[in-house]
Amino acid sequence: MTEETKPFEPVIIGFTCNWCSYRAADMAGTARIKYAPNIRLIRLMCSGRLDPTFVFKAFAGGADAVLISGCHPGDCHYVEQNYKAMRRFHLLKRVLVQMGIEPGRLKLLWASAAEGAIFAAEINKFVEEVRALGPLNWAKPGELVSTPIMEEVTA
Amino acid sequence: MSKPKFAMYWAASCGGCEIAVLNIHEKILDVDANFDVAFWPVAMDAKYKDVEAMEDGSILLTLWNGGIRNDENEHIAHLLRKKSKILVAFGSCACEGCIPGLANFSPVNEIVDTAFSTITTDNPDNIRPQSSFAMPEGNITIPTLYPVLRTLDQVEDVDYYMPGCPPESHQIAAVIDLVIQVLQGKAELPPKGATIGAGNSTVCDECPRKRNVKTIKEFGRIQLTHADPELCLLEQGIPCNGPATRSGCNARCATVGAQCIGCYGPAEGVVDYGARLISAFASVIDSNKPDEIDKILDGLVDPAGQFYRFNLAGSLLRSSKSAQKG
Repeated sequence: MTEETKPFEPVIIGFTCNWCSYRAADMAGTARIKYAPNIRLIRLMCSGRLDPTFVFKAFAGGADAVLISGCHPGDCHYVEQNYKAMRRFHLLKRVLVQMGIEPGRLKLLWASAAEGAIFAAEINKFVEEVRALGPLNWAKPGELVSTPIMEEVTA
Repeated sequence: MSKPKFAMYWAASCGGCEIAVLNIHEKILDVDANFDVAFWPVAMDAKYKDVEAMEDGSILLTLWNGGIRNDENEHIAHLLRKKSKILVAFGSCACEGCIPGLANFSPVNEIVDTAFSTITTDNPDNIRPQSSFAMPEGNITIPTLYPVLRTLDQVEDVDYYMPGCPPESHQIAAVIDLVIQVLQGKAELPPKGATIGAGNSTVCDECPRKRNVKTIKEFGRIQLTHADPELCLLEQGIPCNGPATRSGCNARCATVGAQCIGCYGPAEGVVDYGARLISAFASVIDSNKPDEIDKILDGLVDPAGQFYRFNLAGSLLRSSKSAQKG
């Protein structure tokens, strides 16, 4: 297959929490459940640790989508920090939409340590949704900078 | 012995920074006593070719205000970098894009349309500026707009940052005092890359209002609210940018009953200003139910504008997708 005919493979950054969603991914592995390799999981201690900076950095650095996952509401290892993650997620999504990033590129997923199969299925579903959206191609700092939109003239 | 040279330049900016410099009152005489003004378009006549003719590094101190919006701005940024020993990003536009940086939400053609084709503009022939135009006397040119606005340090190496829209006059006076002391050998310059003329903490730290970790059920707009003069504005549901904003202004706005809009830029250690505010605002929302959270957030009519009013060009994303597409 040539470069042009290859299907688009999205790059997705997934933030998981140490106590539930990362264990769910672990469970999926132990149970030999396969899921799309497009997602790169990063383990945080808690979804409440998710600084929105991480999400902006992921998009600015070339990610096509970001997954935020944590324990089910009420099950947080740190009592209620996943609610903080939930509130941030809702506000973050509104800002991303204003920046021109489709809402479908940010997903919030609750998964308990026992839900390996669900976690894998949700990731597969998300990868397909993002594939349908196409690449985000966020401009790198070096782009859009030295090319004037009209022909170059001497000042 | 001749006096060291001083320069000040404006790129994409409003001119408020220049006024802030003059607002230091009689201190401006100290500037005159210690410096020769080599180049300062707003205050004296000088040509770019005069600057080009100067020896490299011959200007001791250049205060640069304004963002990089067109090829002229960029050309002068490179030129003044070469000619200056110390280049200071002076004011919010140079540091982080400021209000001109808000144009990074829109494609450049839309910006030109707004300026030349809206109902308030009398332009029946729908004339657009051309970067080059043939006249009988020859070709005349104007600078070409870039797709997005950039901060000074996205274009050139910057020695110091002086935030504020505009920087507070007492902070400017203090910085001038410091530079004069350095000239007299009585003080040393801060390390390269430092933020000068501002604090290292947040506006909340300087704010006299009381905080009592209250959470809110709705966001309100300050003009529609009777805010308690003693209590933290954010805890009363008024979108206040204090928690992410660098100190240095003595919490001027919050002290007189207006919310902080963030003109002093990100506080020390804040990578993305808007991200820090998203965390701060999400923390005061008193709800754990997605529907209710959404309803509370409806009270924030323009979150991206709220969080990036001064900081869009300097943020991690830098511009919206539509601006990137042009």
